[in-house]
Amino acid sequence: MGNRRKLLASLAALLSFILSGVVSASAELNMRPGVTETSQSAYDLHMMVIWVMTGVAVVVFGLMFYSFIFHRKSKHPKPATWSHSTKLEFVWTIIPFVILTALSVPAVKLLIKMEDASKPDMTIQVTGSQWKWHYKYLNEGIQFYSNLATPRSQFDEVGKEGETKGENYLLEVDNELVIPVNKKVRLLVTADDVIHSWWVPELAVKKDAIPGFINETWTKVLEVGTYRGQCTELCGKDHGFMPVVVKVVSESDYKTWVENKNRERIVAEKAAAEAAAKSWDMSKLMALGEKTYKDKCAVCHKEDGTGTPPVFPGLKDSAIALGPVREHIEIVVNGKAGTGMQAFGSQLTDAELAAVITYERNAWGNDKGDKVQPAEIQAFKAGN
Amino acid sequence: MSDHHPTGIKRWLYTTNHKDIGTMYLWFSFVMFLVGGAMAMVIRAELYQPGLQFVQPDFFNQMTTMHGLIMVFGAVMPSMVGLANWLIPMMIGAPDMALPRMNNWSFWILPFAFTLLISSLFMEGGAPNFGWTFYAPLSTTYGPPSTDFFILGVHMMGISSIMGAINVIVTVFNMRAPGMTLMKMPLFVWTWVITAFLLIMVMPVLAGTVTMMLTDRHFGTDFFNAAGGGDPVMFQHIFWFFGHPEVYIMILPAFGVVSEIIPAFSRKKLFGYSSMVYATASIALLSFIVWAHHMFATGMPVAGELFFMIATMLIAVPTGVKVFNWVATMWRGSLTFETPMLFSIAFVILFTIGGFSGVMLAMAPVDFQYHDTYFVVAHFHYVLFPGAIFGTTAAVYYWLPKWTGKMYNEKMGQLHFWLSMIFVNLTFFPMHFSGLAGMPRRIPDYNMMFSDFNMLASIGAFGLGLSQLLFLFIVIKTIRSGKKAENKQWEGAAGLEWDQMDTPAPYHTFSTPPKVS
Ligand code: HEC
Ligand code: HEM
Ligand SMILES: [Cu+2]
Ligand SMILES: [Cu+2]
Repeated sequence: MGNRRKLLASLAALLSFILSGVVSASAELNMRPGVTETSQSAYDLHMMVIWVMTGVAVVVFGLMFYSFIFHRKSKHPKPATWSHSTKLEFVWTIIPFVILTALSVPAVKLLIKMEDASKPDMTIQVTGSQWKWHYKYLNEGIQFYSNLATPRSQFDEVGKEGETKGENYLLEVDNELVIPVNKKVRLLVTADDVIHSWWVPELAVKKDAIPGFINETWTKVLEVGTYRGQCTELCGKDHGFMPVVVKVVSESDYKTWVENKNRERIVAEKAAAEAAAKSWDMSKLMALGEKTYKDKCAVCHKEDGTGTPPVFPGLKDSAIALGPVREHIEIVVNGKAGTGMQAFGSQLTDAELAAVITYERNAWGNDKGDKVQPAEIQAFKAGN
Repeated sequence: MSDHHPTGIKRWLYTTNHKDIGTMYLWFSFVMFLVGGAMAMVIRAELYQPGLQFVQPDFFNQMTTMHGLIMVFGAVMPSMVGLANWLIPMMIGAPDMALPRMNNWSFWILPFAFTLLISSLFMEGGAPNFGWTFYAPLSTTYGPPSTDFFILGVHMMGISSIMGAINVIVTVFNMRAPGMTLMKMPLFVWTWVITAFLLIMVMPVLAGTVTMMLTDRHFGTDFFNAAGGGDPVMFQHIFWFFGHPEVYIMILPAFGVVSEIIPAFSRKKLFGYSSMVYATASIALLSFIVWAHHMFATGMPVAGELFFMIATMLIAVPTGVKVFNWVATMWRGSLTFETPMLFSIAFVILFTIGGFSGVMLAMAPVDFQYHDTYFVVAHFHYVLFPGAIFGTTAAVYYWLPKWTGKMYNEKMGQLHFWLSMIFVNLTFFPMHFSGLAGMPRRIPDYNMMFSDFNMLASIGAFGLGLSQLLFLFIVIKTIRSGKKAENKQWEGAAGLEWDQMDTPAPYHTFSTPPKVS
């Protein structure tokens, strides 16, 4: 008996030692209060419930442990014989009821506040698709995709050595959502394919993005900074690789950003038009095609074009990649509804589309030898 | 004693004996527990540190999905049916289950259902990869080809469960020994009857869900496809109308088990028997009106969110009554701490912790922060592992002497307990922290800020997995070479199976009805 107790004590000591080590090594123990009024209220409510629950736990477990010590057979050989008490049972039905009612009051208030998206200062449409976010600023006419920026080589270590991981590993994107501080931003959340969920812990905003439906939510951030979150609804293979990054800037920085974005867009449109107007030679098409393919298509079709059939078909030796050009253009530009194959017609420039199609027809042993020019894409879209 | 029965494989194939069938259910569920556990080890190995070291994301999703499905439908549910088979006739003084042939059939469907489900791992496109909740449209239009096998498998499990449930209800209502009134039945029987009603209510709903998936996939319907006028959120409503009662299906029989064991080792009658019965019934009724607490982020109207939040918090009241009654049962008892009691106590403590996080999750405005993070994974493992699994484990230790006539080794049992207790907390407690820090569930890789707690959880998981092999060893050793057990192995045990039955329990239970005082 004594031995066993000693063993238990040392085990407990070991456990608390490990735990305390971990706890001090990592600040990431609790919910963060965040940077919006609602997130701070949610945090307060969270802490309040934790303390209430801790209180209940101390009482209930305290009584239990008292029993373990003082009502063990060696100490208390003659058990009591009572087995019910209407009064007691009534009391411990009422007490939890009162506690829960008390907890529900602030919860109801906060919930009603969180769901009130009226009178926004601006509105952004957020669209999830496999596995990226699209942001469309309804008032400013800006829109862009936001993709994971961590290179695959940093995480894919199956059978190989991984590269060093950066601080924001898996929580960094190429284009952040930029919003002004202290403005009520309404978010209209939807999806193109399966259900995703847009979550930024510091804003306490989590809303499902549901294909065919538009959900409304809002946020008003009180502090300038960059806040990171992730997709929280299982959305297929790369669900773990579609972060959300929100960059909150001062109002004047926001204005500058909008101006820059608009200027950039004009420049890009002009460049795209110029690129589309000229005739491309094979090596240029293949070079741009390879880059585009790796960026946009390889997540599903794999870098070596083998895909993961039957869900993501391989493009090496595929009937479409080796068949008539028109059908190939058709599926890349318009996608195929009800599958992961999205419509890339509006996601890529005409030159990129032409290049990636050319690439698919001539890479990995595919040997069509034909070139697709941006002009053909333009003609296809015009006839669409 | 007329112990005639066929021997060898025929005995098990043709048996209509409730004990044989119970035994098969229990072994089957243990095998599934190991298979599902092995998948959990793959998950935890991959999550041991940042980066993808062992498996690719799609296979990871297959592992989480299969782990969840196998644990829920293959390990926990059959283990409860196994206990029902063994114990209900003995506890109510019946000769066998009321529908013995159906009983045989409801077991033998299961190995086929799970072979089908597990074989999907080897199919082109891999196993189901959309989570055990199989939300549309990920599981319909976007599901791998093996989804159809999954659907068939779910149908088979459903049929098996419904037959098992009907059998329990018919047995309890028709086969009780004279004098065994409803309010004299052991609590385990009560919790199982209530569970059986839940099963009959919700398993057909599950069958409906998967059938709608099937027609969406192949016959041109658009139940869950917005483009065709359907609604993916409707899928979730229907699924959780099954899914929430399902979690009570997994836990109520375990409530029954500890309500037998705690009084036995407290040497004192169960406190508040009738309020226990009423509390169980109210939990079951409430479980039908709380389903959408899993859907706070789907954009329900505020009124809906408020309703489901309040209804969910209400469930804590009858659950609290049960916990207080268990504490009161021990209060001023005369306690000893043999293995079944240890597991039951751990059940009460850890299940209550899971209940606390449950109340937190019920509060919609904060649930937005918890939902679909590791906080939820921590919560439901606290109610499932130390809940359902510890409950069954306690039951096996408690009744094994009665079943086999042999006594397990108490030292080894306690070792099993302490290892399980330490590792279960080491595995699942840190998950609360990673969830609060912002780690979503169902992801194969994560940022370094989550690494410490993930490493800890993985270490715990490997320990927990290994400790369960010790259980296998203990049970086999008991069966083969355990010391002879007494008719009433536990001093404080009560009930027909202890007071009026030999040990080991004869092959045919109560051919003449016992006298119930
Ligand atoms: C999110 C995953 C995904 C991405 C990203 C993706 N595809 Fe696809 N692709 C698919 C799926 C799924 C199909 C099969 C559609 C079907 O069922 O017919 C497909 C089919 C195709 C086909 C027809 C293959 C055949 O033989 O049927 C081509 C060509 C194609 N994709 C090209 C591309 C190009 C070019 C890109 C990049 C710009 C791309 N895909 C990006 C998922 C994807
Ligand atoms: C050694 C024991 C176990 C370990 C280490 C373990 C580990 C895990 C982990 C890490 C996940 C989360 C996966 C993810 O979200 O990426 C998970 C999911 C799950 N586990 Fe367990 N688990 C164990 C036992 C059990 C038991 C006994 C049950 C009983 C029913 C269970 C039921 C589930 C369910 C339903 C899911 C959800 C699957 C999904 O997301 O679709 N687990 N488990
Ligand atoms: Cu996702
Ligand atoms: Cu629920």
